[in-house]
Amino acid sequence: MNPTALIAEDEPLLAQALKAELAAAWPQLQVLATAGDGRSAVREALRLLPQVLFFDIRMPGLDGLGAAAELADRWPVDEAPMPQLVFVTAYDEYAARAFETQAIDYVLKPVQPERLRKTVLRLQQALAAQLRVKPAPAAADEALERTLAQWRQVLAAAAGNGGSAPPAASTAPLKMIAASEAGGSTVRMVPIDEVLYFEAADKYIRVLTATHEYLIRTPLKQLLAQLDPEIFWQVHRAVVVRSSAIEAVHRDEAGKLHLDLRGRPEKIPVSRLYGHLFRAM
Amino acid sequence: MSVEALPRFRAENVRGMLRHGLITVVFCCFIAAALAITQHGDWGAQMVYSLSIGLISWLFIDVGRLLISGHREVLWPPGPWGYLLVAGGVAVGFLGGNAIGDAWTHQPLLDFGNFTERKLATTIVITLTATVCMCFFFYSLGRSKYMRSQLDLAQRNATEARLKLLETQLEPHMLFNTLANLRVLITADPPRAVAMLDRLNNYLRMTLSGSRALSHPLSAEFERLADYLELMSVRMGERLRYTLDLPDELRGTPVPPLLLQPLVENSIRHGLEPKVEGGAIDVRARQLDGRLIIEVSDTGVGLDAAQTSESSGFGLEQVRERLATVYGDQGRMSLAAGPSGGTLATLSFPLQPRS
Repeated sequence: MNPTALIAEDEPLLAQALKAELAAAWPQLQVLATAGDGRSAVREALRLLPQVLFFDIRMPGLDGLGAAAELADRWPVDEAPMPQLVFVTAYDEYAARAFETQAIDYVLKPVQPERLRKTVLRLQQALAAQLRVKPAPAAADEALERTLAQWRQVLAAAAGNGGSAPPAASTAPLKMIAASEAGGSTVRMVPIDEVLYFEAADKYIRVLTATHEYLIRTPLKQLLAQLDPEIFWQVHRAVVVRSSAIEAVHRDEAGKLHLDLRGRPEKIPVSRLYGHLFRAM
Repeated sequence: MSVEALPRFRAENVRGMLRHGLITVVFCCFIAAALAITQHGDWGAQMVYSLSIGLISWLFIDVGRLLISGHREVLWPPGPWGYLLVAGGVAVGFLGGNAIGDAWTHQPLLDFGNFTERKLATTIVITLTATVCMCFFFYSLGRSKYMRSQLDLAQRNATEARLKLLETQLEPHMLFNTLANLRVLITADPPRAVAMLDRLNNYLRMTLSGSRALSHPLSAEFERLADYLELMSVRMGERLRYTLDLPDELRGTPVPPLLLQPLVENSIRHGLEPKVEGGAIDVRARQLDGRLIIEVSDTGVGLDAAQTSESSGFGLEQVRERLATVYGDQGRMSLAAGPSGGTLATLSFPLQPRS
């Protein structure tokens, strides 16, 4: 069976060019679809389950990193192994630097045939290795875990927080949060000690204590940089919880993890990328 | 400047102090030589008196100066403290130096009665004059050094601002993506590649040199916008539509070069690029009561959703500043939600710049 790929690139000419270059460097590769934005990239990837993803970083709607994070969560690992991920970027030195230390590949635009051939070679080797481990489920699990760790690291590093990168020394941990009450115009000073979890919604972050809900407008990335990583754990792309408030971790029939928090009734979803935090000791 | 305190006896301060000490020693040697020659005195004794007085005054004043002001930018005590310090230095140097000199020459300690009136006066006058002169000399030296460092700083800031401006105008992401597109077109569609290269050429020339000219006709400004928008529409394909509307009678109106560029860039970067289906940008110029009104409207994600980043803020700030420089309080810019979603930026200024 021929290897399959999906290209996510918002500039039509560049998508076309990458497809042409790939056709030359890897004639067997079958490009199943080309998506012009992050959301349709996720949709198409889940529908077609390709083996290789070429993701542009800057895309409208959901960017390449966000799309990869969402895919990590929703990819049906029982049906197909996690795809090989290659980022394509024109100029994004931070992201590029982050990738340099990781096993995840990236290609700079304009794509040079020389460079692309190296990527293709690496992808071919990775796919071949995937075929070899298939029979043994334990080895497959291990391979999945390895892939997830790679994705986790590269996404965290590119987002500018966590991972192996040293935390920004200049930001002192937050003590109080100036948040507005949901639907009100009053600003409340909420002590960080009362916060049980944060959840990013559209343009806001919901701040939840045992009794109340508040809203702040700081991007999650910025907020994370100001939280003590020992106390607050990111468990999902959009959720950061107080680790000491976690009461139990459940796994549902589909294999998805959920948290019960002391003091909150709702179930908190755990992204597959952060599942390693809750493996039984 | 920074308000945090610096260490008082940091290396550069101590170096400066030792340099002063060395100059003081040289100066004292000159005084001793002059005195020994004019008064036919003992060379050794004059040297000891002179050096003792000079070095004690120097130590007192320089250490005192650093203790009081060493942690600040200007290393000299403010106001009366400076005078007091010099007076203290003179007194301590005079008494201490004479005591050492007297001990050296085995004379009764500080027995000024033994001196003739004139000699005492001479010593005091010499000490006073020398100390004041040296302090003034060092003070001026330090001051000019401080001025020079301030000037350097100002120049560095100006260069940084220019670099930042250039970086916003020549955003690397835009440049590399354009080049990547160009690379595709060269093989796929050579005539279109040539057209795109010409646009890029115009755009780069204008961006790199435009900020130096004072004004150019509005028609030229619109042509540059067309270059930029055309480049962007090659990249974005159907996701970008645009119209430029410039009435003939306004073509010659002088405007500052690249005044509108940041507005259009913001519309694309923060309005249309984040939007999956893209949208339209319309730039219109019209005339109203002797004023030129230029509107840049887009159908992007709108002010609220657009994450106003530092670069967009910098672009807008730049437009405001340039309006203020050329038109004073007659130049206005407003940013509002567009009638059909998106953002509407309106510039309004007199048809003729103020003389």
